[in-house]
Amino acid sequence: MLLRLIAQRAGLGLLTLLAVSVLIFAGTEILPGDVATAILGQSATPETVAAIRASLGLDRPAPVRYWEWLTGVLQGELGVSLANGRDIAEEIAPRLGNTLFLAGYAALVAVPLSLLLGVLSAIHENSLFDRAINVLTLISISVPEFFIGYVLIIVFAVQLGWLPSLASVHAGMDLGERIYATTLPALTLVLVVVAHMMRMTRASVIALMASPYIEMAYLKGLPRWRIVVRHALPNALAPIINVVALNLAYLVVGVIVVEVVFVYPGVGQLMVDAVAKRDLPVVQACGLLFAGTFVALNTLADLLAIVSNPRLRFPR
Amino acid sequence: MKQLHELTQALRDGRLTRREFLFRAAALGLSASLAPTLLGGPAALAQTATPRKGGMLKIGMSGGATSDSLDPTTFTDWVPTNIGYQIMNGLVEIDENNQATPELLESWEAKPGAAEWVFNVRQGVQFHNGKTLDVDDIIYSINLHRGETKSAAKAVLADITEVKKIGPHQISIVLANGNADLPYLLSDYHLMVVPNGFKDWAKPIGTGGYILEAFEPGVRALTKRNPNYWKPNRAHVDGIETLVINDVAARTNALISGQVHVINRLDGKTVDLLKKNKNIQVIRNSAGQHAVLPMHTQMDPFKDNNVRLALKHAIDRQKIIDTVLRGYGVIGNDHPIPRTSPFYNSELPQRPYDPDKARFYLKQAGLDSLRVTLSTSEAAFTGAVDTAVLYQAAASKAGITIDVKREPSDGYWDNVWMKAPFSMSYWGGRPTADQMLSIAYKSDAKWNDTFWKREDFDKLLIQARAELDQAKRKQMYWELQKMIHDDGGAIIPMFIDYLEAGSVKVKGMGPHPMFDFMGQRIGEKVWLEA
Repeated sequence: MLLRLIAQRAGLGLLTLLAVSVLIFAGTEILPGDVATAILGQSATPETVAAIRASLGLDRPAPVRYWEWLTGVLQGELGVSLANGRDIAEEIAPRLGNTLFLAGYAALVAVPLSLLLGVLSAIHENSLFDRAINVLTLISISVPEFFIGYVLIIVFAVQLGWLPSLASVHAGMDLGERIYATTLPALTLVLVVVAHMMRMTRASVIALMASPYIEMAYLKGLPRWRIVVRHALPNALAPIINVVALNLAYLVVGVIVVEVVFVYPGVGQLMVDAVAKRDLPVVQACGLLFAGTFVALNTLADLLAIVSNPRLRFPR
Repeated sequence: MKQLHELTQALRDGRLTRREFLFRAAALGLSASLAPTLLGGPAALAQTATPRKGGMLKIGMSGGATSDSLDPTTFTDWVPTNIGYQIMNGLVEIDENNQATPELLESWEAKPGAAEWVFNVRQGVQFHNGKTLDVDDIIYSINLHRGETKSAAKAVLADITEVKKIGPHQISIVLANGNADLPYLLSDYHLMVVPNGFKDWAKPIGTGGYILEAFEPGVRALTKRNPNYWKPNRAHVDGIETLVINDVAARTNALISGQVHVINRLDGKTVDLLKKNKNIQVIRNSAGQHAVLPMHTQMDPFKDNNVRLALKHAIDRQKIIDTVLRGYGVIGNDHPIPRTSPFYNSELPQRPYDPDKARFYLKQAGLDSLRVTLSTSEAAFTGAVDTAVLYQAAASKAGITIDVKREPSDGYWDNVWMKAPFSMSYWGGRPTADQMLSIAYKSDAKWNDTFWKREDFDKLLIQARAELDQAKRKQMYWELQKMIHDDGGAIIPMFIDYLEAGSVKVKGMGPHPMFDFMGQRIGEKVWLEA
């Protein structure tokens, strides 16, 4: 049952990736200019543009180039960057590491925190605490993330001088230095994603609180916190897991603004630069990476939802 | 030697410019490297404090991307260029007085007519890998930008027909047409020197003051001091970390919170606030960078010079400088030669904002009113769209309606500039008047964005190029500027300053007449206070 589902999902995921790669290719082709004119900018002359196009094989028709790229990828070859000739896999690997590190750091703080806050506000429904938490998280999700980032920089980097405003990391830094350098961007991301997960936790727990079996638990005389944690939460897990997965995916693929504000060398910045330079193989590689992350996390969320729900685990 | 003494005296009395002095000294058979030393040398003139060795300089810069490479033929922006100058040396350096001074080419001499030149290669210079610099390295490095190449400097060197070894330490360069400015052309920032046959651009080897340790394109570079550096009184800090910070707010924050020592490209809106900070020095480089509004002179209605003159009188230059540049600019007079150039025509009257005169010229063209479309984009220069809107407002008082058409930044140079009849653009500074005029105003220039064609202009330009008599040459350039001012298709409202800032701990910082960050050689020029 589970294996079949995984196989099905993997197949669909691959189809999605293929569709995404076609869309990215077509989209980048539609944009005005190509890598030659983007690199040369104002100093482009017809000859130098033609020289670059010829040296990169850009003078051939688009379907031919797409097919070549696709066969390369199927053989595990991401190719080389058109703009600087570097190996794409080598270029992406350290940046992917950085992106995952930041996402992981933020997730390790955000997920437990939002579950805790969600459960606490469900336990103390309509109390002052509940309302305060709701208002605060709504504010943090409503203001744009670059604004949160700048406010944190002004307070913690410029005024107090506790933390660096530049999250510049590089190979050879130890874990402590890395954590210190990435604390402000991680904090920004935490503030952005906590609201969504926390409110979903609270809402799905409270929705269950009206069920007959919860009433039964009340009648047994159990305290409210025990009912929430023991009886309501396990049944509310499926939607929570989905929202967590969505937010984890966001932490990987949606952090470009935070990367720019804190000058963090992640994949998002790489993809933006590649789009600006029309560096198609790099755009494709980043796009596939992001799409793959989404597909994988969603599949994982579905699996966990099944595992957490006995009715789905043992279908009649 | 008596003549030389007279020359030196004339220079000191201000009867001669530095540049004229160099040319006349050269006429006496004096090498260009010896002449400046008679004057105490540029370094001795600029700095009085003793530089301190040591420390790690941190540079925060915009102008870098993950697609950057350290291959000099690919340089189009400042981060790779700056890192390049840390590692490699150029052939010729432009000093803080806008003069060509020797770097790896130690001295030079032009044959009469300035079409054949002899250059002496500096001796006793070592690459980072221990190889001694020789003539072949220089020839290889120049040829990277000639012939079959994708180098952006190809056009600059297009006139060179031959680069040849003529002695163990001498090369000759032959030009298709005489050019008295060849040493200036060789100061182009793409012309960095690597060993003969070198191709490993991931790890360039140069003769520069710093050795590359690590390079992550679009992120950072790390270099450490070259203990065998040949330049005395340069390369003071132990190492340099160059961080790419493209976001201007992030750059400013990094400087204020002390994470970097210097930053480039300040935000005009916050410069005055930054100046109030006691720990920060702001440097203003007034150079050749300028905004241009090119009109296509082969198309209606711009065919008629009266229309062009009407449009030139209908722009309120000072207001644009005050509003868009917050005062950090110098007014332009519809020709591209900056005040820092020795050939700047100082007697050409400044064209004012004069709606009545604009109306007069419209009438001359047989028009009551005029409606034109101005294509613009932030790609042209920062503040281009605001400039267009201010122009629109000013021109309406002269009965001219300007429709501002905002174009996407992506592909602007490819699809709009030189295609739309009336658009916006900018030019970075060029080291010589000749280069600026040749690149964009000569009839057959590739980037003649006004499509302005005048035979007498071309002829005089080529004549001026080969003229070694500076007084005559000056007269010619003055005439050329007047032609563009009176008849050309370019509205040049302003020269845009480069702004940069540094911690007060950074010593030796100063403005440069060509490019910001001290001609992008800040790494080897500054030192850190203890």
